[in-house]
Amino acid sequence: MDLSLSDEQKQLQESAERFAREKYTFDNRRKIVATERGWLPENWAQFAELGWLGMAFSEEDGGYGGGPIETMIVMEQFGKGLVLEPFLPTVVLGGGMIARAGSADQKAALLAPMIEGKKQFAFAWLERQSRYNLADVSLKATKEGNGWSLSGHKGVVYNAASADEIIVLARTAGSAREPKGLTLFVVDAKAKGLSRRDYPTQDALRASELTFDKVSVGADAVLGKVDDAFPTVEEAVDRAIVALCAEATGCMDAINAATLEYIKTRKQFGVAIGKFQVLQHRMVDCFTNAQEARSMTLMASLKIDDKDPTVRAKAASGAKVQIGKSGKFCGQSAVQMHGGMGVTDEMAVSHYFKRLTMIDLMFGNQQHHLTRYSNLAMAA
Amino acid sequence: MDLSLKPEHKAFADEVRAFARENLSPATREKTFSGKHYDRGDHIVWQKALGKKGWLAYTWPKKYGGPGWDVTQRFLFENVLAEEGAPRILPFGPKMVGPVIYTFGTEEQKERFLPGIRSSEVSWCQGYSEPGAGSDLANLRTRAVREGDHYIVNGQKTWTSFAHWGDWIFCLVRTNTEVKPQEGISFLLIDMKTPGVTVRPIIMTDGAHHVNDVFLDNVKVPVENLIGKENEGWTCAKFLLANERLGIAEVPSSKRGVSMLRQIARIEPLDGGTLADDPAFTAQIADIDLQVQALEMSELRVLSTMAQGGAPGPEVSTLKVRGSEIQQRIAELTMEAVGEYAQPYQPGMLFHDTNETPIGPDHAPPAAPRYFNMRKTSIYGGSTEIQKNIVSKMVLGL
Repeated sequence: MDLSLSDEQKQLQESAERFAREKYTFDNRRKIVATERGWLPENWAQFAELGWLGMAFSEEDGGYGGGPIETMIVMEQFGKGLVLEPFLPTVVLGGGMIARAGSADQKAALLAPMIEGKKQFAFAWLERQSRYNLADVSLKATKEGNGWSLSGHKGVVYNAASADEIIVLARTAGSAREPKGLTLFVVDAKAKGLSRRDYPTQDALRASELTFDKVSVGADAVLGKVDDAFPTVEEAVDRAIVALCAEATGCMDAINAATLEYIKTRKQFGVAIGKFQVLQHRMVDCFTNAQEARSMTLMASLKIDDKDPTVRAKAASGAKVQIGKSGKFCGQSAVQMHGGMGVTDEMAVSHYFKRLTMIDLMFGNQQHHLTRYSNLAMAA
Repeated sequence: MDLSLKPEHKAFADEVRAFARENLSPATREKTFSGKHYDRGDHIVWQKALGKKGWLAYTWPKKYGGPGWDVTQRFLFENVLAEEGAPRILPFGPKMVGPVIYTFGTEEQKERFLPGIRSSEVSWCQGYSEPGAGSDLANLRTRAVREGDHYIVNGQKTWTSFAHWGDWIFCLVRTNTEVKPQEGISFLLIDMKTPGVTVRPIIMTDGAHHVNDVFLDNVKVPVENLIGKENEGWTCAKFLLANERLGIAEVPSSKRGVSMLRQIARIEPLDGGTLADDPAFTAQIADIDLQVQALEMSELRVLSTMAQGGAPGPEVSTLKVRGSEIQQRIAELTMEAVGEYAQPYQPGMLFHDTNETPIGPDHAPPAAPRYFNMRKTSIYGGSTEIQKNIVSKMVLGL
């Protein structure tokens, strides 16, 4: 057993840390939020140049042969900076599903340009009724000549406005909520019949509601096997969950550091408020929570490649439970210890708190994953 | 001992309900149930209607123009108005400075200020906190120096709710720097239109503008605006804070919050049914429901003591602590009930009259912003940490 980073991984960590520190100061981030896209193409180009867009893909897929640990390293630093570039939807979700299920042609047409920074993706799975059930999909794809016609609605699709292709989870057979009968389609973001309603999210990312009105795609738009997309989706989402957990650990480190600094310097009753034991103990609990979050994230990152889907799913759900719990504790505590300053838009702490809160709501909250973990553990 | 209502109290509740239905604008009511922010007009129109009826200063004795209600009537009044979707009465005039003026003010001051508070013609805000004086309120630095028949006031107040709507601000100011901090403070009323008063908005984490910085730069305040004696303002300050902590538990709005949460759970889809089918979630609603009941009963016990002529003691701090935790938990559960659709940020649906349809269900737009915003409840009006210090010292003698 060895839990230390390799020299190359350390270098990756340093360069990601430098990127977040230099490019994502509070004021810089505010400017990026205000841009039309909500992220910077020059940063994306830098990701490509540094090899971050291809690091987790195998060499035969045109990547650099890294894996979940590399993703974890970069996502953690993204969390520290509250980085806005759409790495999760494009690389982890989109790239991940194409690498797993795509044909050689699709990999050449989609994955290779993504690694070069020339293509971005969005993953459209959620519908109004889905909540956290990945199989609760009613958007229909029906056969149309050699190809397919897609009609229905998708919600809270991150990065849809910037994506070149939308990867859509559609029902091709089976009844509501049946895992069998789902198919993934790669749809041109500018396809006829596809309309968008764009909006910012609570944590200043960008998402959209999508309406598909008889959107025609060719047979080659199918990603993987018809009717059999569910295992691909579940695995991709588990990977995205673990990446989000890494991002959350970065958020927690940053919010804890800011709070520690604040209680060391803020004076009331003639002393720094960090001299009060009630705040000391709370700060210790924040620190412990962040440690546990880091541990569970590392464990999940190490297990996510396991061949047994149950091992993978338990690790992802277990980490997500911990992140939900720790993120809430660190976020709420940071706001409380900052006092009034913590609830203003003017301090970084409220922005980390919002991101941690939204991470809990993405792909299933703490309660959902506790149930999922519990069901898997009881079945064993 | 009896929990049941007498017929005259039932009739009273009906009267309040009928009044609310007649006088509360449907648009304002709609904002309450859709979680939109009120604008100034929502508050003022409603408060003026209450004022006209003689109900705005509903905690005041008859002697000062209040209705002279017993505790049961106050309890019913607050609960019925919350059920009917009325905005909370902005406390700064009727609940804060009003009682200070009729308790510590001169006859002239009572005549001058109380009518405008009772009618809501005059809006007030609270100048207590400063950048260096939050939990440690007595550390305040805003200085008032006597020059002839005026004070010259210099300093900065912060977290001042609705200063941008306020006609007047009641301020704690330092009039003596030579003595213990608490002994050199005075309670001063300042007309916001006086030259030298500047208001700067502070934008909160949900994008809302409720609180402000208030800068006081050589503001000339007539000495007749001093309440109580010079350097004895701390007595007024503490009296006001004790009153504030009693109402701040917000039990009626939490009861409304629990029933709205149940309603949302009945609508939110889950695996072909609704969230109301999920016992893990509904048990959490039941848990908070019971916490609200415990808080309400605790508050009633305090009110009952007061009805026998007792004063609210330091134990009201526990009500404030639990009340804020409960409000936060209800907001948290409501956001969790909404799930993924709590993610879109929809300021248009929160702050403006709009014909846009919301993204996701109608109850989605305020869910996350309210959760973020409610974190303030364990900070304002004396943080949870300060309240617990009060209880440990004053109640438990530790």
